[in-house]
Amino acid sequence: MNQTADFSRRIDEALHNDQLRRNFRVAMGGVMERRAQQFPDDAQLQALREQARAVRANSLVKQPELLEQLERRLTENGIQVHWAENPEQANAIIHEILQDAGARTVVKGKSMVSEETELNHFLEKRGIEVVESDLGEYIIQLAGESPSHIVMPAVHKNRFEVAELFRRHHPDIPYTDDIDELTQTARQVLRTRFANADAGISGVNFAVAETGTLCLVENEGNGRLSTTAPRLHIAITGVEKVVARLSDVPPLLEILTKSATGQPITTYFNMISRPRQPNELDGPEAVHLVLLDNGRSRIRVDEELLDTLRCIRCGACINHCPVYVQLGGHAYGTVYPGPIGITLEPQRLGIDQAGALTSACTLCGACGEVCPVKIPLPKLISRLRAEAVNEQRSSTPLPGRGSLRKSGEAITWRLWQQLNSRPRLYRLFTFFATRLRWLTPTRLGGWTRYRSAPSPAARTLREMARREGFGHE
Amino acid sequence: MPAPESVYFFATCLVDLLYPKAGLAGMQLIRRAGVDVIFPQDQTCCGQPAFNSGYRDEALAVARSQIACFERDIPLVVPSGSCAGMIRTHWPELFEGESDVQQALGLARRTYELTEFLVDVLDIRLADLGEPVRIAVHTSCSARREMGVGDRIRSLLAQLENVEVLVQEREAECCGFGGTFAIKQADVSGAMVKDKTDALRATGAECVISQDCGCLMNIGGAFEHQGGGPTTQHVAEFLLERTS
Repeated sequence: MNQTADFSRRIDEALHNDQLRRNFRVAMGGVMERRAQQFPDDAQLQALREQARAVRANSLVKQPELLEQLERRLTENGIQVHWAENPEQANAIIHEILQDAGARTVVKGKSMVSEETELNHFLEKRGIEVVESDLGEYIIQLAGESPSHIVMPAVHKNRFEVAELFRRHHPDIPYTDDIDELTQTARQVLRTRFANADAGISGVNFAVAETGTLCLVENEGNGRLSTTAPRLHIAITGVEKVVARLSDVPPLLEILTKSATGQPITTYFNMISRPRQPNELDGPEAVHLVLLDNGRSRIRVDEELLDTLRCIRCGACINHCPVYVQLGGHAYGTVYPGPIGITLEPQRLGIDQAGALTSACTLCGACGEVCPVKIPLPKLISRLRAEAVNEQRSSTPLPGRGSLRKSGEAITWRLWQQLNSRPRLYRLFTFFATRLRWLTPTRLGGWTRYRSAPSPAARTLREMARREGFGHE
Repeated sequence: MPAPESVYFFATCLVDLLYPKAGLAGMQLIRRAGVDVIFPQDQTCCGQPAFNSGYRDEALAVARSQIACFERDIPLVVPSGSCAGMIRTHWPELFEGESDVQQALGLARRTYELTEFLVDVLDIRLADLGEPVRIAVHTSCSARREMGVGDRIRSLLAQLENVEVLVQEREAECCGFGGTFAIKQADVSGAMVKDKTDALRATGAECVISQDCGCLMNIGGAFEHQGGGPTTQHVAEFLLERTS
C-alpha cells in the first residue's frame, strides 16, 4: 500500500474521532504540566540536559567497545547474552530460550523493543501464552491494539472505555469505572499470572557495561515481579541502551522520570545483575539478554543522524508535539509515534516505508526544546525530508533515499527557485501579482478549507520603500 | 552592541507581497530611532520554503542570490522569526562545504529578528498614544524556540500603558502554519488553527499581535473563514500606530 495514502487515511480517521482527540488533549496537558513542575529552575534543567546529552553521546561513540565489555561482565555475572540483527532473529532466540526451558506462559513487562519485533504475536502463534503486566499494556492487549504512546500505551482510552473493556473480559467482576477499582481488578488478575508464569520478559532502560547491570525503570512493581517471580527472565533491548559506567545512570534516571511523567523518581527502579545465587531465596534461575540491532548500526554511521540514538524513550517530545495531540499515536502507524517516531522510523524502516511521516511536523521546535538528551529533532526531521526527495545530497546508508520525490513537486520548486533567484523576474512577478490581485484565486486547496485565501497588497514593500525614501544602494 | 548608523532590511517574500505595511512599519520604527534603513531592491526570499520541504539545492540557490544584496558589514533586520531563523540557524548548515560559506556565516551572524533588534540593539522607548485596548500575543515558534527571542515582543508591548495583554490557553503551542505543512497536511493544520483561534477568541482580546506574518496569515485567515474574530496585526504596525 502507498504509505502516503495510508497515512492520510489514518490521519483522517483520527481527526474525525472527537473522543480520541479529547482524551489526548487532557492527557498531554496533564503530563506537560507535571513535567514543568519538576523543572522550576531553567538553568538547572539545562545543566542536567547537557550532562545527560554528554553521557549518551559518549556511550554512542564508544558503543562497540562498551557492548563487548557489557557482554563480558554479564557473562561473568551469569547472564547469557544473545545478539539479534533483526526482529526475526530476536524472536527466534527468545522462542528457543523459552522452548529449552519448557516455558508455556510468560508475563511481560513493558518493552517498546518487543513491539519492534512484534514478539507477543510471534510467541502466541507458537502456542505460548503472553500476558502484559504493565497496566497500560494490559489494557491494550485486552483491546487487541498497539501502544499509542511509548510511555503511556493506553493513553488514548479514557476510564469509561477501559471499564467497558474490563466488563467484556472479566464478566465475573462487577462493573466499575472508578480508576482505583479498575486498577485493583487488574492487580488481582495479574497476581495469579505472576505466581504461575514460567518466564518473565522485560525491556531495559540502561545497560551498564562497567558492572554488567540491567536497569529497569517502572511504576507498578510489575517489572520487578516479571523479572524476579518466574524461574526464567529474558530481557530484550536495543544495542544503543548501553552506557559506560554506573555513575552514568543517576543523571539519566533523574531526567528520564522527570521528563516522562513529571515524577522526581519512579516507584520502582530495578538493577538486575545476575540470576539467583545458591544462597538466595528468590529471583530467576536463569537470566538472558537479547541485544537487538534492527537498523541501529546503520543509523550510527551517520554523524548527524547518530543523535537519534541518544533517545532514552521518555516520550517528552511526544507529549509536547502539537501534531501528536491532534492525532494520537495510532495515526502514525509505526511502533514509535510523534517526533521521535517521525525521526527514528524512516531511518529504522527506510524512507520508502515510513518517510511520509516527516510531513506531520510544523518544525515548531517544541520537541527539541524538551528533549532531555538534546536530540535536535526538528533538524533531523528536516534532514530526512531532504533525504526523502533527493538521493544525491548524501551517501548515508539509509534505505529508500529519494523515493518520495514527485516530479510535479520537484518542478514546482525548480520554478520557485528561478523566480526567487532572479530579481528582475521576481519584481515583474510581484508587480503583476499586485496589479492583478483581483485575479487571485479565492480557493487554494486545503488552505481555504479552514481559512480565507491571502491576497496580494496593492503595492509591494519594495515599491513602498522606494516611495518612502528608503535607500537601496 | 551600540546602535549602528545604518541597517539592511529584509522584507521576506511574504511581507513584500502580502503584508507590506508590516514591513514598512518596521522600517519606520528603526528610522525613527535615528538609524538609516537600507532596502536593497534585488532581495527576494531566504530560501526557507524549499529548505523546509527538503529541496535544499533549490533553497541554496535562492539563499545564495541574496548574499550580494547585503554585503556591507551592518545588521540585517528581518520582520519575521522564521525567516531570521532560517538565515541565522539554517544558512550555516545549508552553505556547509560551499565556496561562499564564509559570506553566508557572516550574514547569519549579523541577522536580527525585528523585535530582537528593537529591544536588544536599539533599546527603543515607546510612549503609548492610543486608546485602551485588550490584545493577545501569539509568539511565533521560530522566534520563541529557534531564535530564543520570543519574549522581546512582550517587553515592547509592556511599554504601552494603555495596552492590556491577555494570555490565551496553551500560549506556546504552534498555530499549525508550518509553511508547506499547511498545504501538505491541510487537515491537521486546520485542526491546529481551530484550537488556536478558539483559545485566542476565548481571551476576549480585540486584536491578536505576532512577530510573524506566516502565523498571522494562518490565524487571521482562519478567523475570517470562521466568520469573524479578533483582528490580527504584525507587532511593528501595532507599535507604530500607537506611538505616532
